[in-house]
Amino acid sequence: MSDLKHTPLNATHRELGAKMVDFGGWDMPVNYGSQIEEHHTVRSGCGLFDVSHMLPLDIKGANVRAFLRRLVANNVDKLQVSGKALYSCMLNEGGGVIDDLIIYFMDENWFRLVVNAGTAEKDLAWMEKMNADWGMGLTLTPRRDLAMIAIQGPNATQALNEALPGVDSITVSLKPFNAAAMGEMFIARTGYTGEDGYEVMVLAKSAPFFWKALMEAGGKPIGLGARDTLRLEAGMNLYGQDMDETTSPLESGLAWTVDMKTERDFVGRAALEKSEVTKQLAGLILLDKGVLRSHQTVHTKNGDGEITSGTFSPTMQQSIALARIPLGIAPGAEVEVEIRDKKLRAKVVKYPFVRNGKVLI
Amino acid sequence: MNIPADLKYTPSHEWVRVEADGTLTIGITHHAQDLLGDMVFIENPAAGRALAKGEECAVVESVKAASDVYAPVAGEVVAANNDVEASPESVNKDAYSAWMFKLKPANPGDVAGLLDAAAYQKLVESEAH
Repeated sequence: MSDLKHTPLNATHRELGAKMVDFGGWDMPVNYGSQIEEHHTVRSGCGLFDVSHMLPLDIKGANVRAFLRRLVANNVDKLQVSGKALYSCMLNEGGGVIDDLIIYFMDENWFRLVVNAGTAEKDLAWMEKMNADWGMGLTLTPRRDLAMIAIQGPNATQALNEALPGVDSITVSLKPFNAAAMGEMFIARTGYTGEDGYEVMVLAKSAPFFWKALMEAGGKPIGLGARDTLRLEAGMNLYGQDMDETTSPLESGLAWTVDMKTERDFVGRAALEKSEVTKQLAGLILLDKGVLRSHQTVHTKNGDGEITSGTFSPTMQQSIALARIPLGIAPGAEVEVEIRDKKLRAKVVKYPFVRNGKVLI
Repeated sequence: MNIPADLKYTPSHEWVRVEADGTLTIGITHHAQDLLGDMVFIENPAAGRALAKGEECAVVESVKAASDVYAPVAGEVVAANNDVEASPESVNKDAYSAWMFKLKPANPGDVAGLLDAAAYQKLVESEAH
């Protein structure tokens, strides 16, 4: 057999007939049949995603808040209520993005981070180095003993309540971007689809049973293929495509996550303050026939740009993209995209494209 | 595996049906559509276009990826199927009825160089390992 990494739900996916692919070293389901049907299921019903390849990371110790204040670009002081979540980039000294992550504040001695699968080892090494360099004395614990299942769509609450009797005492009052912990179970009202939903962590050994209970409750398995079209419609960045270590968050549509209002010194701040922002991340809708894809060149009146993520939107029935283009090209402007030997017309739009089942464009 | 015995095949996953009048009807195989997933865009060559063997002449795009379609033999395009361009998903429903274009081969004997069903099956199996 191959040396791909397996999540605790690997056998479950195979039993369900998933098409499995090598996703950054992980053996993951790309779809269980039709990617487009799976996409619509999440917009109209309830979809289940195995996102156990992502890494939950517990950081514990007296200095954890001080550590995160310096480590990430967003300001963890926005987190004052236990369970509250914050989306942030972790930057290098040059202001490039090492990773984007979610930070949950549990208590003053415990924050939980969730980092991308492909960057997990690099992130952990970086954080351990900062922990040592800054003399923070924190304990960083990767939680590979946990599985993570995303339950997404307008029927997500109903499915979760049915699969886990008693959990309604939590879901009834859990606000978006908040989480609650019960022993090793961790329930967050977060997601990557633009729909209401949850990301639930459970002990790895409980994951197959929990997954089946969610399916009994009406949840349908969704592969990584639909996860990508859903997040792109929702206008959410994908690390490694829309931003990476060579791009500034300020040119990646992520200025809203970089907090420079206070004097707080964080890694990458000095570089960002010195940098000249000349590009922006914009939404595109293809007016001609075809499909926008990453790395296609975009011609604008202010110079060339490049598509960072492109796909066919199942909800809008046309091709959409995120593109890094020169500043000064406003929504409504028409640009040209090079697709093979042709130049096709596209319109610049303000994203997100779709939220809560509705087209916003 | 869905590989009809009465068709010919290419290593690049096109199927070819030799019609009674010698023209070739061409599409992509069931295996190809299965690899690509849900089709969302198809662009056929225009009728009248002369193609060299192996020339990129059409494009199929799924949600996931774009893929070129190649001319199985040299010849002239005599028809293109507008229906599959209008409904790309028809290729997922039945790859062998959703033909893409018809070719009049420059040299009818070239058809002998295509794979038969058994040879194509072997190729697909070898690619799976």
